[in-house]
Formats: sequence, C-alpha cells, structure tokens
Amino acid sequence: MSGRVLVGVKRVIDYAVKIRVKPDNSGVVTDGVKHSMNPFCEIAVEEAVKLKEKKLIKEVVAVSCGPQQSQETIRTALAMGADRGIHVEVTGKDYENLGPLQVSKILAALAKKEDAQLVILGKQAIDDDCNQTGQMTAALLDWPQGTFASEVALEADKIKVVREIDGGLETIKVNTPAVLTADLRLNTPRYATLPNIMKAKKKKIANVKPADLGVDLTSRLEVLRVEEPPQRQAGVKVETVDDLVGKLKEAGRI
Amino acid sequence: MNIFTMVGIFRRILLLRTPLRHLRPHRTLSFAARLSPVDLNAICCSSGQFVASTRKLHVGTDGPKSPPAAGAPERLPFSRVTEEDLAFFRKILPGRTITDPDLVESSNVDWLKSMKDFFSPAGSSEVLLRPQKTEEVSQIIRYCNSRNLAVNPQGGNTGLVGGSVPVYDEIILSTSLMNNILSFDSISGILTCQAGCVLENLSLYLEERDYIMPLDLGAKGSCQIGGNVATNAGGLRLLRYGSLHGTVLGLEVVLADGQVLDCLASLRKDNTGYDLKQLFIGSEGTLGVITAVSILCPRKPKSVNVVFLGCETYEQLLKAFQLCRGMLGEILSAFEFLDSECMRLLNTHLKLPNPISDCPFYIVIETSGSDPKHDAEKLHNFLEEAMASSLVSDGTVATEESKIKALWSMRERVTEALTHDGFTYKYDISLPLEQIYQLVIDMRQHLGGRAKSVVGYGHVGDGNLHLNITSSTKDPALLAAIEPFVYEWTASCRGSISAEHGLGLKKRNYIYYSKPSQAVGLMGNIKAMLDPKGILNPYKTLPDDVK
Repeated sequence: MSGRVLVGVKRVIDYAVKIRVKPDNSGVVTDGVKHSMNPFCEIAVEEAVKLKEKKLIKEVVAVSCGPQQSQETIRTALAMGADRGIHVEVTGKDYENLGPLQVSKILAALAKKEDAQLVILGKQAIDDDCNQTGQMTAALLDWPQGTFASEVALEADKIKVVREIDGGLETIKVNTPAVLTADLRLNTPRYATLPNIMKAKKKKIANVKPADLGVDLTSRLEVLRVEEPPQRQAGVKVETVDDLVGKLKEAGRI
Repeated sequence: MNIFTMVGIFRRILLLRTPLRHLRPHRTLSFAARLSPVDLNAICCSSGQFVASTRKLHVGTDGPKSPPAAGAPERLPFSRVTEEDLAFFRKILPGRTITDPDLVESSNVDWLKSMKDFFSPAGSSEVLLRPQKTEEVSQIIRYCNSRNLAVNPQGGNTGLVGGSVPVYDEIILSTSLMNNILSFDSISGILTCQAGCVLENLSLYLEERDYIMPLDLGAKGSCQIGGNVATNAGGLRLLRYGSLHGTVLGLEVVLADGQVLDCLASLRKDNTGYDLKQLFIGSEGTLGVITAVSILCPRKPKSVNVVFLGCETYEQLLKAFQLCRGMLGEILSAFEFLDSECMRLLNTHLKLPNPISDCPFYIVIETSGSDPKHDAEKLHNFLEEAMASSLVSDGTVATEESKIKALWSMRERVTEALTHDGFTYKYDISLPLEQIYQLVIDMRQHLGGRAKSVVGYGHVGDGNLHLNITSSTKDPALLAAIEPFVYEWTASCRGSISAEHGLGLKKRNYIYYSKPSQAVGLMGNIKAMLDPKGILNPYKTLPDDVK
C-alpha cells in the first residue's frame, strides 16, 4: 500500500458572509466576497493529518478544482499539515458549471494516478449542499465508501467507520482502498500554527489541467434561475387571547 | 520581607507622607517616621520607572482627603413619584410609562447583577419611561426639574460601575425606543442617529454601505451609542481610530431644565466658540441626556487579519508590540493581551480550547487595510521576524471571517468566563506600558491564597489593564485587602483608576487618586451650573464631598 491519502478541499463563500443573489438571478455574487475552505473539507484534512501523525499513513495530498484562488485553499490545507497540493485548473464557464459529477471524475483519475490508498472528502459543500461527490467518486473507482463518518479507525487492511444516520449511529467495516466522507463530529479542525504556516509557503502545489487527466467537463445540468427565499413577513401583535383566536380563524387556521 | 512587600509598603508610605495632615490619626504607620524620600530612591521597582514617578506624586495628586466611603450615599431630598406625576407621564408617553414591577425590575439591575450586593436597598425605581423622540425627553426632564424628581438616564445597561441603574427611586429614562438612524452620508462617512441605536445594529447598517463604526466592544449586542458617548467608551479599536472625543462630530443633548441643546452639526471642522459637546462626552449622564449623535465612521477595511500569539514573558510582549508598531504600522488596528489565568477560565467555564500551545501570555493582533496582498506581506514579514527573534513562541493567523470571530472571542469572552468563576472584583486601570503586568503580579503576591483567581487582560496597546479578582462568595475581607492597595499602587504610577469604565456609583469617591482636588472642584462647579437641582443621574461620577 502506498500509504497516500488524497483529500479534496473546496473553496466556498465563507459561512459567516451574507449571501446575495445577482440581479439577473443567474447565481450568487462571488466577486469581492470572502471565501474560505468548506468546513467539512477542513474536517477531512484534519482527519488525514491525524492519521499521518499516528503514523498510519505516509503522505497527505490536498486537491482543489477551480481558478487561481483555489491555491489559497490548498495553502490552508498545507498549513494544517498536508504534505503537498494539486491544483486542477478550471476557469470561466467550465468553473461555473463544475459540479459533483465532474469533480468526482477528476478525483477518481487522480486517485488512480497518485496510487492513493484512501480518499477523504467533506460530506457536502455548504454552497450547493449536494452531498454527491464522495459517493460518485467511490462508484467511478468501484471502491467501497464510508460516508457521514463520525469516527474512523484503521485496522490492518480494513477501516472501521461509524456513520451518523437518521436512526443513530451505524458501524461498518470497509476494505481499502476506500472513499470516506467526513461529518461534523468526526473531529475539531486545528488552527494552523505559525511554524506550519511558514513551512506551508515552501510546500509544492502541482498544476494540472482536467484534459491531462482525460476528464470531460461537460455538464448535464443547466441552472435556470437562482432566487432568494421569500422574505419573512412581519408578525402581527394582538392584545388579547380573543383577538388571537379571531385572527387564526380569519387566516383559516382553525 | 522580600522586595515586593517592601516596595508595597513604601508606596503606601509615600502616599501618606503628603496628605498626612489630612488623615485621621489611626492611618499613620510607624514606618513613616523612619523613612525619608532619599531612602526610597535606593529601592528599585522591577522596571526602575517607579522611582521617577513616585517623586512626582508630591507635585500631582494629593491622594484622597480621607479614606473613601464605600457603599451608597444617603438619599437626597428629591420628591417621590405621585399619581399626578404618573398621569403626566402617561399623557406624554401613552403605553410607554412602565410601572409593572416585573418589567421595571430588569432596568433596576445592572449587567453584573452586582449592585444588590454593593449596598441595600439597591435600585428600587418604580417608574420606567421609554420616549421615542427628543421632544418627549425634553418634556419629561422639564417636568422632573420643576417637580424635583431625580432621573436616571439608561441606555443598554451594560456599564460595569453601577452608573446605569438607580440608587434609590430615581425615574429610569430609557433610550431603547429612540433607535432610528437619521442620516448617513456615504461620501464623508458621517452617520447621524438617535441615542438608543444598538452599536451592533449600527455596525451592520454601516457594513452594508462599506463603512464601520469607529468603536467596537464586547457589549456591542446590547450597548447603545448614547451610552457609549456618555461614558466615552473605549473598546477594541481605539488604538486605530481614536476615542469618541475625536470621532463624535456633534450631539443633541437635553439639559437639566428641559432645553434641547442642538450641537448636532455634522462637520469635520468647526472652530466657532467653545466645543460644548466635549463636556457631555464621558459625563455619564450627569450633565445632560444625550438624544442624538453624529459620528465620523471609517471605511470598512477590505482586508482583516487576526493573529493570536503566545509569549513567554511580559518583556517579550512589549518588544513584540514595538516590533508590531514598526513593521505593521498603519495597518495595525488592535493589540490586546490576556494571561494564562484568563485562558484557564476560558477553557474551564466556556469550554473554548486554546488555539495554540499553553503560554504565560497571549496577544491578539488585528490588522485592517485596503489591500489584502499588501497586508498579508507585511504580516508575513512581521511574523517571520517575531519568530526568528524568539519574541513569540507560538501563534496562529486567521483571514476567514469565521476563524477571525473565533480568535476574537478568546479575548472578548474573558469577562463572561469570569462571571462563571465566582464573585468578581473588577478594576480598569491605565498605567505606563512597562508597569501594566507588575500590578497583577503584586496583587497576586499581596492577596496570597485569599482570592480564587487573579487575572490580567486588556487593551495593552492603549496602556489599559483589566485586573479582575474572583472569590467564591462576596468577601469583605478580600475587598479590604484589594482596596485601597490597587488604587494606591495606581496613583503611585500616576495612572488612572478608571481607564474606560468611568466612575458611576462604585468609583465616584476614588476620583482623587487620579485627579487633583482643584480639578474635582471645578467639575462640581460645572455640574452646579448645568444641573442646579442635581436631578440628572444623582449620586454618581462626582465624589460625595463635592455635592
């Protein structure tokens, strides 16, 4: 086994920022807006770095698909402890149409090229909430998947994964190589410390084009319209219980 | 006896030597006769500055004339509220004259919930008034003046010195409903608004228009701009944008006789006559009720970075500050510190983990600028230098909004963590930079095991220490050990016994530690001129012997 882990990191609008829809309803405003690493991707990086610190794996490679700015996201992963980065350059219209199908094709190609033992991703991205990339990547590679992981333990050549599901927790064992997706309670991502931030500036980020990996980026989806959710209407204050009952009757609620 | 105890005693002696003739006999110490100022010169404080500053003490403040009175003063002979008064208020403020005890109760209690412990009976106002317009405030005050009714103006009620809550049955005049923004000029950045606007709401409003408020404090979710101005609030951004004395351009104030003083001009420069608004800024509601503010706002920075660093010693922290000033220069917007005891409280009571490894001192540095690349490069150079010269032993950097908030909360939530540790004695002191942590060390030494925790944190960049001492319950013996030790220590360095919190009720009688009696006398004259009946926020800010 190569002992190499591939971690996918996505550059998304920072979760603390207020989202605005573009006036032409074609998408959300991204220009000049604060971006950062998807929180679930941070958890994925943290898990990979932890495995390396436990000496269970040898190398952590951070991958991001997108324009020039995606390199900042890779740098953050490097500052957290990843060893090197791969920036898959996707710009313009291709980037606007980039979705789980395309990214999973890219990740599958890279996993084979890099001879990865494990691919760890965040369970979903906070901008599209798709929750598909991990599952699609596993299918394309024909690898087992441990999704919504809240606990990961490497045992010999198998991985024990505790999954968060609707009914509670489910424990499964998967063979390696495998794809895992990180859920919220898997770990608490570390702050990148100064010495690591300095070191990260010297780590390598390789530049790759999707065509080099033989990946076709055509999308099967077309975004028709993006709208804000309806504005919340102001409530109505009433003075007495009778008023309340009256108003509820008026609204046809009772 | 070790050097610290000796120095502590010598400080107290020096204070006593000057006003000795003013003090009652039982305060004289036997040491006084044996020591002369010449001997004191031979004693060095850990920084050496002590000697120079104590000699100046003879020339500056006299120290208190007598031991300051703790607890509350006697009730002054104001009128009591009658049914006729309530009828008048209800006519002016229909539905906004609150007399229901449950509703008035929360306005009677301060944020720290400490005034009930301070003296009793505390805060027993029965009337809460909530005007919406300046005209209503004017009518109320004019009426109260004619009826000799005391009034307690109240904003967000987040003050820490008991200045915002009634001492007896003063009528509470709340500005909470005066929360309209009147105008904003996006070219000059001048914002004009009513006094009851919550600071955080103003920040959100401005941020959408690419500006920010020139001040920021932990209480921003509740504090109101009128109260901020009345207390000359400092906060986390003072280092960069200066104090409210500089950023407030105009005020609308209702005077004690009900007159509306309109100094609400929004001009950057106006040298026509005496600058009256300066009197009201920091007057703590005792000279007039602020009803509207016009303030100059800076542009929202395009690039904000927050750095959390660990230092081994206080000397290294000061050197890091000098390096910071030199290398970050104009992009530096905050320089705060906390000690390892603060970190322990954050870990224990709020379950906030340490972002870096454990160190004796932590620094929070914020940079704000217009160009992310330029700022990142300056910051990178500063951090490399700080690490290379071992000024800093560990640290982390944040550029993302969510991480910035997380790092700032390490500093902003110390106050909250302290409330969970027990009964807190809070001191807000201005000192020369080199002396700041020495007070914490001396206090720990002085108190020994009597206190639960002794912590130091604050706006070190502004020379402002927040010294906090906790005990499991209210402990008069502990208080007697802390005061007047802390005030005398501060006075001996010519520091301020209240850097930004103000005097309110709790510290009114300690004013003499930081101001000469001549100055305090003049303050009394101004108060008498502007509020002859003394109805505005009585019992506060000025000492009891000036009334």
